[in-house]
Amino acid sequence: MTDATLVVTNLQTHFQMRNGVVRAVDGVSFEVRRGKILGLVGESGSGKSVTGFSILGLVDPPGGIVGGSIKFLGRELVGMAEPELRGLRGNRIAMVFQDPMMTLNPVLRIDTQMIETVRAHADVSHAEARTRSRDALGLVGIPSPDERLSSYPHQFSGGMRQRGAIAIALLHQPDLIVADEPTTALDVTIQAQILSEVQKLAANFGTALIWITHDLSVVAGLADDIAVMYAGRIVESGSVESVLDRPLHPYTHGLIGSVPSRNKRGSKLRQIPGMTPSMLGLPPGCAFRQRCERASEECKVSPPITHPAPERTLRCFHPQLELAA
Amino acid sequence: MTVWIFRRLIQAVFVMLAMTVIVFVGVNVIGDPVEILISPDADQAERIRAIAALGLDKPLWEQYLRFLWGAVRGDLGRSFVFNEPALQLISQRMPATLELAVTAVLLAVVLGIPLGLLAGLYPHSLFGRLAMAGSILGFSLPSFWVGLMFIMIFAVQLGWLPSTGRGATVTVFGIPWSFLTRDGLAHMAMPAFNLALGNIALVLRLTRSGVRENMPMDYVRFARAKGLSPQRVVFVHVLKNIMIPVVTVLGLQFGSTVAFAVVTESVFAWPGMGKLIIDSINVLDRPVIVAYLMMIVLMFVTINLIVDLLYTVLDPRVRIGGAE
Repeated sequence: MTDATLVVTNLQTHFQMRNGVVRAVDGVSFEVRRGKILGLVGESGSGKSVTGFSILGLVDPPGGIVGGSIKFLGRELVGMAEPELRGLRGNRIAMVFQDPMMTLNPVLRIDTQMIETVRAHADVSHAEARTRSRDALGLVGIPSPDERLSSYPHQFSGGMRQRGAIAIALLHQPDLIVADEPTTALDVTIQAQILSEVQKLAANFGTALIWITHDLSVVAGLADDIAVMYAGRIVESGSVESVLDRPLHPYTHGLIGSVPSRNKRGSKLRQIPGMTPSMLGLPPGCAFRQRCERASEECKVSPPITHPAPERTLRCFHPQLELAA
Repeated sequence: MTVWIFRRLIQAVFVMLAMTVIVFVGVNVIGDPVEILISPDADQAERIRAIAALGLDKPLWEQYLRFLWGAVRGDLGRSFVFNEPALQLISQRMPATLELAVTAVLLAVVLGIPLGLLAGLYPHSLFGRLAMAGSILGFSLPSFWVGLMFIMIFAVQLGWLPSTGRGATVTVFGIPWSFLTRDGLAHMAMPAFNLALGNIALVLRLTRSGVRENMPMDYVRFARAKGLSPQRVVFVHVLKNIMIPVVTVLGLQFGSTVAFAVVTESVFAWPGMGKLIIDSINVLDRPVIVAYLMMIVLMFVTINLIVDLLYTVLDPRVRIGGAE
């Protein structure tokens, strides 16, 4: 793909713990194209956030990227020198975090936190940086941004803080934004507003977006492509329509079945039996096999990546071809 | 805000008042100054005259009320020994003590914060471990012993620094200061460092734990994700959050530093308030003891007020006298 903003190939991010190695991200490959939104879906602890942090080079010891490649606009990010990486962070690649209450520094004013971001990457005057910050706040729908600039984060509501964080991410009109569950902590109404604005922004600026979430319904409405993560691996990926309409991996089936919906009203919600396995000392083979009704002896070996359809990937020996009830 | 300050001032007055009662009664319990002040071979008539002259013939409550009446007008009594106003005696000695205490607290800031930052950023390094071990010594070694060791090493063995007195001073606004001359600074080096040692250890540990606590916070990661330099992240984002507890503790420590300068001043024969109070306790010079303790209380109350005000500068979430 020539217009790929980000190509991740066989990324491995491991954490060296005292009692073993945690393979938080274990051979993840995907790509995001210009102006497209990739939904990275999975349960807590499946390695989706670590994948996001790996892209920005923000994985701290004892963790680290031990293998694979992250190509951003043709440049290799794995092993890139820190100052060069810092030049990209917040500039060409931005990130939005999950909890808006925690991401802004409580003792610094909004303008300080925005202006420093502008001036970290652009040689502009304080006044110019302030103007840009104000414009960014206006862009994400914060009313009277001029006055709001001199506020402290605690004077903002949760939704406004997340808008502020998104405004900071947009300051340099980045080529890629990694959004790590940015709407999870917000009301549904605020979530809807932010989602629609983000979608607009991605389309207008040609920004590629990785939207990390555990909420399939968000991905269904927002993303172009979807990658389902389980225990550090992408078990299934493809376009949103094809994966959600015709899921192949039993885990994806389970996820879709777990979403409450009106059609299934009154009937018992399906659940995936068991819980996410501990990432410490994960047994070889398919990590989902203990919870999978289709598992067989064969699954004790790691399933390879297959392409059941064009633009689709799958890691399963026993794809579930019939639709979930 | 004005209401808040007014309320705090009223509180302060009550604290001071309570303190006068405690101090006044306490001082009366520890001993009878007459035995020390009047020569043993004085006859009975002389004794009674002297006791009346000192006002000690009156009942305690009357002595107290007289003292209060005087205190309101800024008169804390006359020293039995020097026959000078107690307040005047203390204010003559105060600059020397303040000079020492301020220097000690400055040393604590200038050394403690950077060392604490380093120890917090590299907790597993050799330096980080040494700083932690060293800070325990800084806390726990008795300050008079450390003072004596300083004298042993730097004055006796090496002969680098003078061991007693203030050295040459320069008079500014009618007050002699040591820190303005080379000789004065040399004299101040050991006592100031001695007094600072515990504070350095305290600030180091506070800063270190603050760094350790704040570095994994989301706002730090977000600041890094914005592409800020590590210097800006540490010195602006983290440091400003850490300064809140550090300022509080330093403020409180300043009071204690002045109060505990007594020990250091005795070891290094520094002519400050501490030495005066020790001498006064020895001869049961009640008015000086009472006046000194009142000054210390006043200082603590003032410092606490200033720390609370500084809080609002450092932490925007704190709004004094607000509806919250």
